[in-house]
Amino acid sequence: MAVAAASSAGVTGERIAYNEDVVRLFTVATIFWGVVGFLVGTFIAFQLAYPWLNLPYEWGTFGRLRPVHTSAVIFAFGGNALLATSLYVVQRTCRAPLFGGPALAYFLFWGYQIFIVLAATGYVMGITQSREYAEPEWYVDLWLTIVWVVYFIVFFGTILRRREPHIYVANWFYLAFIITIAILHIFNNLAVPVSWFGTKSYSLFAGVQDALLQWWYGHNAVGFFLTAGFLGMMYYFVPKQAQRPVYSYRLSIVHFWALIFLYIWAGPHHLHWTALPVWAQILGMTFSVMLWMPSWGGMINGLMTLSGAWDKLRWDPVLRFLVVSVAFYGMSTFEGPLMSVRQVNALSHYTDWTVGHVHSGALGWVAFVSFGALYYLVPRLWKAERLYSIRLVEWHFWIASLGIVLYITSMWVSGIMQGLMWRTYDSLGFLQFSFVETVEAMHPFYVIRALGGVLFTAGALIMVYNLWRTMRREVRAEELLPSQAGALRVAAAG
Amino acid sequence: MALISRHEVVERRALLLALLILVTVSIGGIVEIVPLFTIESTIERVKGVRPYSPLEQLGRDIYVREGCYVCHSQMIRPFRDEVERYGHYSLAAESMYDHPFQWGSKRTGPDLARVGGKYSNEWHVAHLVDPQSVVPESVMPAYPWLLERELDVSDIRARLETLRIVGVPYTDEMIEKAVEDVRAQADPEADHEELLRRYPKAAVGDFDGQPDRLTEMDALVAYLQILGRMVDFTEVKPEDLVQ
Repeated sequence: MAVAAASSAGVTGERIAYNEDVVRLFTVATIFWGVVGFLVGTFIAFQLAYPWLNLPYEWGTFGRLRPVHTSAVIFAFGGNALLATSLYVVQRTCRAPLFGGPALAYFLFWGYQIFIVLAATGYVMGITQSREYAEPEWYVDLWLTIVWVVYFIVFFGTILRRREPHIYVANWFYLAFIITIAILHIFNNLAVPVSWFGTKSYSLFAGVQDALLQWWYGHNAVGFFLTAGFLGMMYYFVPKQAQRPVYSYRLSIVHFWALIFLYIWAGPHHLHWTALPVWAQILGMTFSVMLWMPSWGGMINGLMTLSGAWDKLRWDPVLRFLVVSVAFYGMSTFEGPLMSVRQVNALSHYTDWTVGHVHSGALGWVAFVSFGALYYLVPRLWKAERLYSIRLVEWHFWIASLGIVLYITSMWVSGIMQGLMWRTYDSLGFLQFSFVETVEAMHPFYVIRALGGVLFTAGALIMVYNLWRTMRREVRAEELLPSQAGALRVAAAG
Repeated sequence: MALISRHEVVERRALLLALLILVTVSIGGIVEIVPLFTIESTIERVKGVRPYSPLEQLGRDIYVREGCYVCHSQMIRPFRDEVERYGHYSLAAESMYDHPFQWGSKRTGPDLARVGGKYSNEWHVAHLVDPQSVVPESVMPAYPWLLERELDVSDIRARLETLRIVGVPYTDEMIEKAVEDVRAQADPEADHEELLRRYPKAAVGDFDGQPDRLTEMDALVAYLQILGRMVDFTEVKPEDLVQ
């Protein structure tokens, strides 16, 4: 570990020509798609509170815009963040430029953006497979397969050409993410097109088999795209920003293998009490509960990396983004196993509790760790002295945090309340509430949730402004604590 | 912890690392998914489930296109309150010809697995055109254009043929007569005998309130009206349901 940590610090005599152009492109794309995804999410949150916001056009309804939101935040924002950071991290921790040179890197960048645009334009035109988080139709899936193979070649090729004997732990996670997403993508999208010139296809599988395949995919899109990949991010950027080595080498080995082994079993917990055979549900529940342990192994390894550096949280808001993201990761990965217990799931499934759970992971963990990485990367990639403004990072942090709190708490209340209302009986033994009465009861919470979205988006817009000024190498005149001034300056060796 | 001290071997060999990852992440999926195709009792032994009529299938494709699954489940769980609210709990057999499945994951609106026959065609049309006109508290979007848009039947045979490739037992006759069946199902004056022989229990008649037109509304309402009605639960014995 000591070897790997030293190399990642870039302590080396010779200069290696890292490809940073493509990392810059992916960084800009991350910021752009992030704002798009947050804006669409906030808009559709308001649609649920005020249905007249469903525009009187086919493309403007919640049903068509919801996949735009989910794909924009997962694949466009999260995906570009993973590509940006993985290509940055793999070069530095392997001390090797990207395999395949600029040509392959640019193909990867534009190929991935084309995938996003093809997918999103398809959704608003009603072109969808209706598989959650795998909505793009067959022709987009084929295109993504090509792009993904190129991603694997670039990333793995760089590892093969490394000048370090060891492969750094962040790269284990990135590699597991790339390989597993390829498997999930291929099997979940097996379909037969109606015609070679049309967009429509029919899934190769039906009913119960189709459902499990989809949720094997769906849960591991969370497990490998939104978890393993972002843990790779954590394993590079938390130690770098805290300037401390990773807490435990052994823990990283144990939780890496346990995490990737257990995650793949967890899919059936999305199908509790359905027509999926009970043996599969029990397996899914058991492995989901076990998954709590390796998840917290990762959280502990991330948090304890701050040993001896906890004071930095007081004055380094970038580190605070990273550390709070790991705390949210811990909370979501406790809540997840809880909700995967069949008796709990009986209440939570089909309600907003699930939506709230997803967003504590997506906003608190995925987005916050990405924000931390962006604040780390932009001054270094654009050769700025430091971030334009530290105070604006503070504002971003607190506004976004408040937004998340509003989001999660309102969804807890509405989800649990609706679940309970559905099963409430009156004294004569009749169901007490009609369905629409439970919908009506959700209204105040939908308003609060949407306001949470407004705050979160506002925070992101502050970040965009801050990063834009940073890219122009400007520094805002602001009073800093004595400890901040020096430590936040980006070291030239960065 | 000898294994951990030997982990160095994996860290130094990229191909070995990639291979071990591949094996590690494959096991769970294989153990859980493959038996669903091999264990016969996964699908309950009930009668009545049939392929969708061409009109119903086109309606289903519209249901998918509009993302109805985002807010409506089609999967009733075996709880007292759900069975009382929606009807008999859903069986795997009832979606055995659903490519793709539409079980859903969220109930912003109610479950639709057994909505067939619960409301009149007129109610469905009024509700889809302006949901708040019949359910003031509803948060559902309006779909007035379904009433305006002519139903595209040009590739219905290709659609049924594709579904046959993926395993739906459409016969040559069903594919041959697909266009006629679409028109017959939406036409109250037509002779429905052949259609009902091929697709028992299909709802027939003018769905959209425009007898002279065949619109997307006809197809969507025809689909909604068959949901959950194929299996006759008065004939089902408990042992048929054991998975």
